[in-house]
Amino acid sequence: MTDPAKTNATATIMLDRSDVRVKHETGVGGAVRAFVDRVRSGDLGSLPVVVGLIIIWTVFASLNPIFLSSNNLVNLLFDCSTVGVIALGIVCVLMVGEIDLSVGSISGFASAVVGTLWVNQGWPVVLAILAAVAVGGLIGSIYALLFNRLGMPSFVSTLSGLLAVLGMQLYILGSTGSINLPYGSAMVNFGQMLVMPRPLAHIVAALPGIIILLTGIRTIAHRKGANLSAPSLGSVVVRAAAITIVLELIVLYLNQDRGVPWMFGLFVGLVMLMNYALTRTQWGRSMTAVGGNREAARRAGINVKGIYTSAFVLCSMLAALGGVLAASRLASASQQAGTGDVNLNAIAAAVIGGTSLFGGRGNAYSALLGIIVIQSIANGLTLLDLSSSLRYMITGAVLAIAVIVDSLARRSRVSHGRA
Amino acid sequence: MTDMSNHPRPAGELVLSLRGISKSFGAVSALTDIDLDVHAGEVVALVGDNGAGKSTLVKTLAGVHQPTSGTITFCGETVTMTDPSAALNLGIATVFQDLALCENLDVVANIFLGRELKPLQLDETAMEVRSWKLLNELSARIPSVRIPIASLSGGQRQTVAIARSLLLEPKLILLDEPTAALGVAQTAEVLNLIERVRDRGLGVIMISHNMEDVRAVADRIVVLRLGRNNGVFTPDASNQELVGAITGAADNSVSRRAGRRQTQHDITEGGQA
Repeated sequence: MTDPAKTNATATIMLDRSDVRVKHETGVGGAVRAFVDRVRSGDLGSLPVVVGLIIIWTVFASLNPIFLSSNNLVNLLFDCSTVGVIALGIVCVLMVGEIDLSVGSISGFASAVVGTLWVNQGWPVVLAILAAVAVGGLIGSIYALLFNRLGMPSFVSTLSGLLAVLGMQLYILGSTGSINLPYGSAMVNFGQMLVMPRPLAHIVAALPGIIILLTGIRTIAHRKGANLSAPSLGSVVVRAAAITIVLELIVLYLNQDRGVPWMFGLFVGLVMLMNYALTRTQWGRSMTAVGGNREAARRAGINVKGIYTSAFVLCSMLAALGGVLAASRLASASQQAGTGDVNLNAIAAAVIGGTSLFGGRGNAYSALLGIIVIQSIANGLTLLDLSSSLRYMITGAVLAIAVIVDSLARRSRVSHGRA
Repeated sequence: MTDMSNHPRPAGELVLSLRGISKSFGAVSALTDIDLDVHAGEVVALVGDNGAGKSTLVKTLAGVHQPTSGTITFCGETVTMTDPSAALNLGIATVFQDLALCENLDVVANIFLGRELKPLQLDETAMEVRSWKLLNELSARIPSVRIPIASLSGGQRQTVAIARSLLLEPKLILLDEPTAALGVAQTAEVLNLIERVRDRGLGVIMISHNMEDVRAVADRIVVLRLGRNNGVFTPDASNQELVGAITGAADNSVSRRAGRRQTQHDITEGGQA
């Protein structure tokens, strides 16, 4: 005969709490303790880049107070958006453990395509932009074809792409060398002036908190219903409130000047969309799996070639879109577009933000955080009237530090038994 | 559990039938003219020395390698498996020796890899519940299903790999060295599990170097040697017969070693008399 009290006790043990060896933290204090534990074991997440950003901003603000003015920060956000979109594409290829070195050339080529089709040929601007992004996708699918069919390492195929696409850019720009985009057109306004109306910016800034709260409450209900442990309502509310307060303060500060650029809104929207795709869909799961262990992914029945193709195509399309945004920012499509440090800034942004160069680890927000770091350095040094030679050296040093922090943290993760 | 082997089990319908399967890697013939039948509700053990072609055969059946020649008949139909997903869709699940798990993903993600519920908005709760049920059926000792595979031990990884193969309710399960990395209790659990799978009417192919495990669960023992069939035995075959078939000679290092021990034993016995 079974003891009814005992049976009852067994039934109420939650499915994921039956192992007595595992320590489980609960409540808000528990969440903080778990976070500290995680950081100590080397699972740093976005912590280094946030700390780095605070240091960089403190230094520049003390050297030149203008740096932290609303006006300068709005400019910073405009500048972030163009290369940030390109960095978002780099996150995609890095997730599957590949690289695209030609994103700068693709962005320059895309701006040249828009300039030629729109200004010279008289196409509607929307069609010209779509054509440029489609051309980017075509280039990406060529890389995927070379990689999947011929086994050409992406490092080499995109390096040759870097030259070939730059050649195409120079070819279609022809002897004039640059095409000016008309001032006052919607596209140039979007890249230079358009900001969200103030109330709308505040509403948009409240959205992430609301989404966190609603999905959090739904997750708690689902997990309780399925007899699984669930985070406490308190911790969800605290998280949502903290994020909302921070975002609203930022918007309030930016609204003292022009406000939040629509272009930055587009960039953040793309980042959030990519984050959802990478973490909450089968496609994102497959991307992570292919980056972590390609053969295991293949044996699990994943279409590995399709995943590689999607990564290359998406990266090139985002690079092309970034090029279009850059053209609208500069109001021109020139031979210099996409050359110089665009390529490496995009890759450095993804890596500084915390996406691994070796595949299988990373997230969409690394593009956002990384590009803010890089643009802050560029912007701060420009304000100090330092030459680009110093800017290159300092950006290089920051990239080196980011990679060093990542590899030290990786070593610590291995010894603490985390992936 | 071994007494079953004394009465040959009524063979179910033929699930898998291989005829003349060959596979070569360049100049090396890894498999030559392999014939193999597996019936529903039957455990077939594949044994052989290192390099006999056991793992190659399993990978061929899993769609990882494509045979150079020969036919594979599955449930009465001739099939060609061009990739692993084709094999999975037919109902052939495989637990590989190199476990083929993604170390950077957590346990739930690995169990459901390629078979996620609700592809456009992953149903994490349902997947976690199903994972716990599968793992509890295996009496698994996994501390949490939300930790990456990298932090699990070899035995725990083995359990995750087996749990994953059961997810799809396959008709045939291939196990490549399922007990090699396991502790005593876990080995017994896996052997129990293999019997449970067989009693549910599935065909099982199991590779093992451990003759004790093989005898414990196998209905037939198929010996491979240098990529060829080298005899089919029942579990009550003597160790000598099996080892002879595996090494290809009645006079082999194992029998010589046994003989030497026997002689020593006799001498000691003689000395005492």
